[in-house]
Amino acid sequence: MSISATSLPQVSARRRWNDKIMRGALLAATVVALIPLILIVYFLLKRGLSAWTSSGFFTTDPTGSFFGNPGGIRSAILGSLLMVVLASVIAIPVGIGVALYLTEYGRDSWFANLVRYFVDVMTGVPSIMFGLFIYIVLVTAHVGGGFTAWKGSVALSLLMIPIVVRSAEVVLLLVPGSLREAALALGAPRWRVITKVVLPTAAPGLVTGSLLAVARGMGETAPLLFTVTFAFGLTYNLGTLMNSLPVEIFNDIQSPRSAIVTRAWGAGLTLVAIVLLLNVIARFIASRSRRA
Amino acid sequence: MEASTTTVTVGRSGLERPAASRLPDQAVKWGLSGLAAAILILIVYFFIRLIGESHNVFSQYGLSFIFGNDWDVNHNIYHGAAMLVGTLVTSAIALVIGVPVAVAAAVYVNELCPRRLRQPLSILVDLLAAVPSVVYGLWGVFVLAPKLLGPEKWFASTFSFIPWIGGGTPTLYNYFLAGLILAIMLLPIVSAISREVIATVPAEHKEAALALGATRWEMIRMAVLPYSRAGITGGAMLGLGRALGETIAVFLVIGAAPTIGAHLFSQGNTFAAVIAAEFGEAQGIHISALFAAGLVLFVLTLIVNVIARWFVARGSHGTRGTGATGMTIAPSEGS
Repeated sequence: MSISATSLPQVSARRRWNDKIMRGALLAATVVALIPLILIVYFLLKRGLSAWTSSGFFTTDPTGSFFGNPGGIRSAILGSLLMVVLASVIAIPVGIGVALYLTEYGRDSWFANLVRYFVDVMTGVPSIMFGLFIYIVLVTAHVGGGFTAWKGSVALSLLMIPIVVRSAEVVLLLVPGSLREAALALGAPRWRVITKVVLPTAAPGLVTGSLLAVARGMGETAPLLFTVTFAFGLTYNLGTLMNSLPVEIFNDIQSPRSAIVTRAWGAGLTLVAIVLLLNVIARFIASRSRRA
Repeated sequence: MEASTTTVTVGRSGLERPAASRLPDQAVKWGLSGLAAAILILIVYFFIRLIGESHNVFSQYGLSFIFGNDWDVNHNIYHGAAMLVGTLVTSAIALVIGVPVAVAAAVYVNELCPRRLRQPLSILVDLLAAVPSVVYGLWGVFVLAPKLLGPEKWFASTFSFIPWIGGGTPTLYNYFLAGLILAIMLLPIVSAISREVIATVPAEHKEAALALGATRWEMIRMAVLPYSRAGITGGAMLGLGRALGETIAVFLVIGAAPTIGAHLFSQGNTFAAVIAAEFGEAQGIHISALFAAGLVLFVLTLIVNVIARWFVARGSHGTRGTGATGMTIAPSEGS
């Protein structure tokens, strides 16, 4: 792209300086953009690791007693995982189903475009609104009790569905039309084409998008505050109150006691580690499938 | 013409599947359509329920719910101007700080940085989106807030001649702190969309600019930025939508003031934060007021998102945007 300068008149000094300064400014902005990440990771490691190494951090539940041993975060980790698994069981099939409708049936019809638009709008709805929605529809109506864990899962799934739909649609559109046509020409009915050709071809991409949605759901606090609230003890019963990592951190931040704040840092490090792990796995699958 | 039609019909009926084996196809088709329709119905239903739940607040307070400046739970006064101003001010701060940095980083990654560094840099900036908002809150409360207080005090007293920005006494939690954290949170969203939009700038445009003797920066200013302006604006609007509705991190660092703050470094409140703060013990008209706050927030984010989609659609130059949700699948689009 560069042209030998010998045959051309020199670029004026002012323009060269301008170029240098602006390039420097752009580089500086990029560095500035990276600083928050570095700082957050640094403080999470610095304060979180000391919590990790305290005895029983991963093997005991929060005690709830203010003066004694504050306890660990076992119930928070398991509660979060449990609720997110249920949310994923709802959101991933629904999300991929809607995406299949958009790519295989609806395509460019007005209804498909309307759905696409609403899904886009859903991605922009603040997460707290999904919490409020479930609160109005399920908690105040006392559907199977007041605050329960499965309602938190439903709220999380509402938040995850648009993410799954958007990413799945992109991946499904990448499946070559010729593959579909070949299967149809061989006499396969449409639903067999979907299950035998489209979904297997798009599988890695679908997994990637779903994992990113799971990672997003994992870190959300607001929807859980309005639907599950909080519990200290460990339970596997989705019909009761349940602890979760984000809500545990949220409560611990507001404690005046330093041992509990330290637990918040440890829980924060745990949460970020889980979310990052999901992201890394998602990207790994995406990059492997691209190479293949 | 007619003869050929008949032969085709005859030929098809010979190959046609029996009705029973066409059944699953119909079931899948209508099942998936129903699923898609359910999404629409769900959003509309939510909107109606929210209006219903907050109806008595609006009939009692009217527009003063939005524009009156006093939120007093003990006397059952719910005037949310403090939340409206807080929501808008913190989001504006976030845009002013976050968008230039995000766009500049996107330009650098796409146009200037060595090819080898492009993907790692993109991934690093994207990772900010993976940090949960409660962790931003944790960091804001225990690291950023105490460390910023000194500089904020210095700034407020040094620039005391600027109205609203200087002059006051900064509190630990304030508008600026909340805005700064929001800026960090919307950085990855705006940056990811900007990167995508900038990647669609045709190489011919850039090469033409360079061939005419433009420096790299002139090429960026004259060829890259004008072409991607609409898309970048859309990305910024999506970031704004995110900032307006951000709850947990803002709640932890805004200070929950019942009235409008006097200056940039004073405590405030936002719609999302007040819902999170007071939801637990709210009853009767109070809870309706919180739902009304939710309704205002919902409408606000809807408007911003609709405008954002319009810009993004206009800026994507005919190609359907892939990562307009801020959740890019591919780490980098290449060029």
